[in-house]
Amino acid sequence: MFQSLTGAVELGLMYALLALGVYITFRILDFPDLTVDGSFATGGAIAAVMISHGYEAWIATLAAFAGGLAAGACTGLLHTKGKINGLLSGILMMIALYSINIRIMGKPNVSLINADTLFSPIDSVTWKYILVLAIVVFAIKLLLDAFLHTDKGLALRATGDNNRMIRSFGGNTDNATILGISLSNGLVAISGALIAQDSGFADVTMGVGMIVIGLASVIIGEAILGTRGVFWTTFAVVIGSIVYRIVLALAYRAEWLKLKSTDLKLITALIVIVALVIPTIRRHYKQKSNARKRTAELAVSARGKGGI
Amino acid sequence: MLELNHVSKLFNPGTPDEKIALIDIQLKLNPGDFVTVIGSNGAGKSTLMNIISGVLKPDLGDVKIGGTSISHLPEFQRSRWIGRVFQDPMAGTAPTMTIEENLAMAYRRGKPRGLSWGVSAARRKLFREQLQRLGLGLENRLKAKVGLLSGGERQALSLLMATFTKPDILLLDEHTAALDPARAELITRLTESIVREMKLTTLMVTHNMEQAIRLGNRLIMMDKGRIILDIPENRKRDLTVPQLLAEFERISGHKLADDRVVLG
Repeated sequence: MFQSLTGAVELGLMYALLALGVYITFRILDFPDLTVDGSFATGGAIAAVMISHGYEAWIATLAAFAGGLAAGACTGLLHTKGKINGLLSGILMMIALYSINIRIMGKPNVSLINADTLFSPIDSVTWKYILVLAIVVFAIKLLLDAFLHTDKGLALRATGDNNRMIRSFGGNTDNATILGISLSNGLVAISGALIAQDSGFADVTMGVGMIVIGLASVIIGEAILGTRGVFWTTFAVVIGSIVYRIVLALAYRAEWLKLKSTDLKLITALIVIVALVIPTIRRHYKQKSNARKRTAELAVSARGKGGI
Repeated sequence: MLELNHVSKLFNPGTPDEKIALIDIQLKLNPGDFVTVIGSNGAGKSTLMNIISGVLKPDLGDVKIGGTSISHLPEFQRSRWIGRVFQDPMAGTAPTMTIEENLAMAYRRGKPRGLSWGVSAARRKLFREQLQRLGLGLENRLKAKVGLLSGGERQALSLLMATFTKPDILLLDEHTAALDPARAELITRLTESIVREMKLTTLMVTHNMEQAIRLGNRLIMMDKGRIILDIPENRKRDLTVPQLLAEFERISGHKLADDRVVLG
């Protein structure tokens, strides 16, 4: 039991970077970016190939980051300069990356068994593993927070919030969009690189459904901790990623549910659907009851004055 | 300061919906001019604003600021010279960001945006001082999200954001039209004092005749894509609303028709 929980926390931390990436596009830029499914595997592929060719693991991970940045920039260019619909630009890149990822690896998957990964020095001690991962993830989170409070970062946030306004103040919204999508996919690719090193292989299908997993983490985190400011929300997203993994681990342990590992994506989709639908329903009923209450008040006070 | 030479704009050229938005517009604003613009629906007032700010490109003609042609520049590059307040109070500010963050973005109007802190201690002090001028107590709510402000407060903030870095040209596009009368009056007063204090060259579209006469030193009347009347300061001073309407009818041959027109 304990082991499956620590395993869930480890995975949650590694996928937290994916979730932060999805947060940048979905929440900050308001851009549903499906590139993620491809760029996650790109990150894994680049890291795995480089490590298996004897490069230092940290260099391989940085290269994965660069690969993700490039993939995201392509999507951004397709959308802003090519004027292609946002969803479609992401899907196009995702499909293109499938072939590119196989080209990078030279085959559909690369094994990292017996290779020196980022985790090799700390592999044997669970608490060290979690501590190191947590420090790395929070350092990246803080860097992202800091960036989002710089002049450039503010312009990026305003691009998603009110692009007409930031243009009237000289913000180049095209460049901000490209930068945001690029940064997002860079983080996603690091996440893919970490997962490849942790699981000991990279596979061309490893990115399938990542967009939904990222989204689930964002939504869960926001639901638990709320969205006060950027600093708090990125924290919520990291926690959301960990909670998501813990929930999955518990679900698999509940034998009466008879879950198979292939049910993962169905469960994820269900979590996202529920998380998206419940607030809508709740808002609907709240508005209705508020309106009823308020009109009742007004009606009573009108009657009190003896009508109009 | 601002010059429009033979500017024309067609919408949907060559289709059955073809519409002349602006035809051969000649307009020159001298430094410190505060020009109010009135006209009926579809007279081309908003198109004029959009051509100057770069949202639309003229089909013919040239736009110059300070003698330099800016016709080829996209909207975001023209903001170096132009400050703008929109009609919609929601349009001029970013709702999920705080008051100080909004001001920080306005503070970098037309300048490169790098990796320095958007809201530094020094900037925050400046923002607080500037907000005090509005007299709305916003200086005590620097960290409040702008989405929580009322329409009037947001428009006051937009006005401050558009002006406090002293643009060469200030464009006001019916910026009091979406507010209730009391708030509209507040924004009008703020506009007047800010423009006077900073000596901003201003072009203000309004549907409020009384406001058009009271504010500024020049009044322009538009109809069907043309400027049909340009009233200088000495004549404008004694003008009344009925006179203005009569004048419009005399020149254009029809009544001033605008569903939102306020006679004042």
